[in-house]
Amino acid sequence: MSVLEQISENLQKGKANDVKVLVQQAIDEGTEPGSILNDGLLAGMAIIGAKFKKNEVYVPEVLVAARAMKFGTEILQPHLAAAGVKPIGSVVVGTVKGDLHDIGKNLVSMMLEGAGFNVIDIGIDQPAENFVNAAIENNAAVIGASALLTTTMTNMKEVANAVKASEIAGKTKLMIGGAPVTQAFCDEIGADGYAADAASAADLAKSIIA
Amino acid sequence: MNTITEAIANGKILVSDGAWGTLLQESGLEPGACPELWCTDHRDAVLRIASNYIKAGSHIIGTNSFGANRYKLEHFGLADRVTEINEAAAAISREAAGPDRHVMGSVGPTGKMLVMGDITESELDAAFTEQIIALEKGGADACCIETMTALDEATIAVKTAKKNTNLEVLATFTFERTVQGEYRTMMGVAPAEMAQALVEAGANVIGANCGNGMEQMVEIVEELRAAVPCTSILVQANAGMPVNIDGKTTFPESPEEMAKNARAVITAGANIIGGCCGSTPAHIKAIVESIEQ
Repeated sequence: MSVLEQISENLQKGKANDVKVLVQQAIDEGTEPGSILNDGLLAGMAIIGAKFKKNEVYVPEVLVAARAMKFGTEILQPHLAAAGVKPIGSVVVGTVKGDLHDIGKNLVSMMLEGAGFNVIDIGIDQPAENFVNAAIENNAAVIGASALLTTTMTNMKEVANAVKASEIAGKTKLMIGGAPVTQAFCDEIGADGYAADAASAADLAKSIIA
Repeated sequence: MNTITEAIANGKILVSDGAWGTLLQESGLEPGACPELWCTDHRDAVLRIASNYIKAGSHIIGTNSFGANRYKLEHFGLADRVTEINEAAAAISREAAGPDRHVMGSVGPTGKMLVMGDITESELDAAFTEQIIALEKGGADACCIETMTALDEATIAVKTAKKNTNLEVLATFTFERTVQGEYRTMMGVAPAEMAQALVEAGANVIGANCGNGMEQMVEIVEELRAAVPCTSILVQANAGMPVNIDGKTTFPESPEEMAKNARAVITAGANIIGGCCGSTPAHIKAIVESIEQ
């Protein structure tokens, strides 16, 4: 098995320290940093994401895989920067005002990072203007808004309206998700996309910026 | 007063309560504010909800303490008020329930995950111990470790309740249907796995709550019943699958529909039945009437 395959395998098993050692080994062997990222770390996350979508693995497996990826990217980051490898785009992620749930949002952030995005996580209980301001500051391609509660999902409409009323209207896309959210609700508030789970959210982000 | 499990052993079907959060919001709780703080700051509003469930016929009522553990309260700067808030929550429900109905202190997840090293087992144990002791002190005779998804966290909560209090211990998990049509929690736990582990940890009653309405609950209860034939089962279901009508989220099941579905859950093996999101005192009243028929 090549070192890149080993990185992917160990990442899927959540073996963070092994991933770190293997990434260092790949760097030392002279493997392109972009290849270590795409064919090692992101390849492993893509497999975990696909299994998560099919309910073959659950939240714990995703969390430990994402942690392993973080261990790998930490030592890879300076090499990526030196080689001029850039993230495929920036995404601002947060849970809407009145909603204190963060597990769904965190999973989406991990999957987005696992798909090669730079993620700006603004946290829970965030008013609409914070999503827009963070998107402007970071030149984000996508905003991802999360809500777990039926009583707070209506605040996604505020985010949609704030985007439409701002300078990023038509440029930054809005995607939404969370247990009570549906495609019909997405259409109703005029968001650019809805994803049913965290892995689908990463796919959606890629497709709406394409 | 008999204990909950004694009443069930005598062949009774018991009815618990319905949603609290939505009723608190109707009383003026702002989304994003701390619901549990209302136990001390808006005591009358909380007491009214508890009393309305008692009037509707609940044999068992919960407490407004779902998120009153130190990790959830920390977000509101209230981590040092766990004991005060939980005692108040139990005292309010006891005032509404009187001596002849059960008060089941609500204990929700901490939001921290052992698997990620967010927290240690002893920290979790300390947090649940602090909360559950205060619920007993405030007047609860039972506690419900509810809306759980992780076995490790729920097991710690059940064990500490058994070890440190005289409360009857109930425990419910929230299951979703997977694409393969099986039931699992977000953390991947199956109903049978949950039932066996929690009975082993000492739970007196196990069950399921929240989820996607009573119909799926029938299938979940069948799995639980098969796994633990002799243990009492509690179901607190949402009033159907939420639908969005004109920008407002509504739970579609009427009290009559929910009462009808409740009968199916009882036939599948449940011993205690109640509501979760979207259910009201009217739903509970309909369930009580349907059972007494």
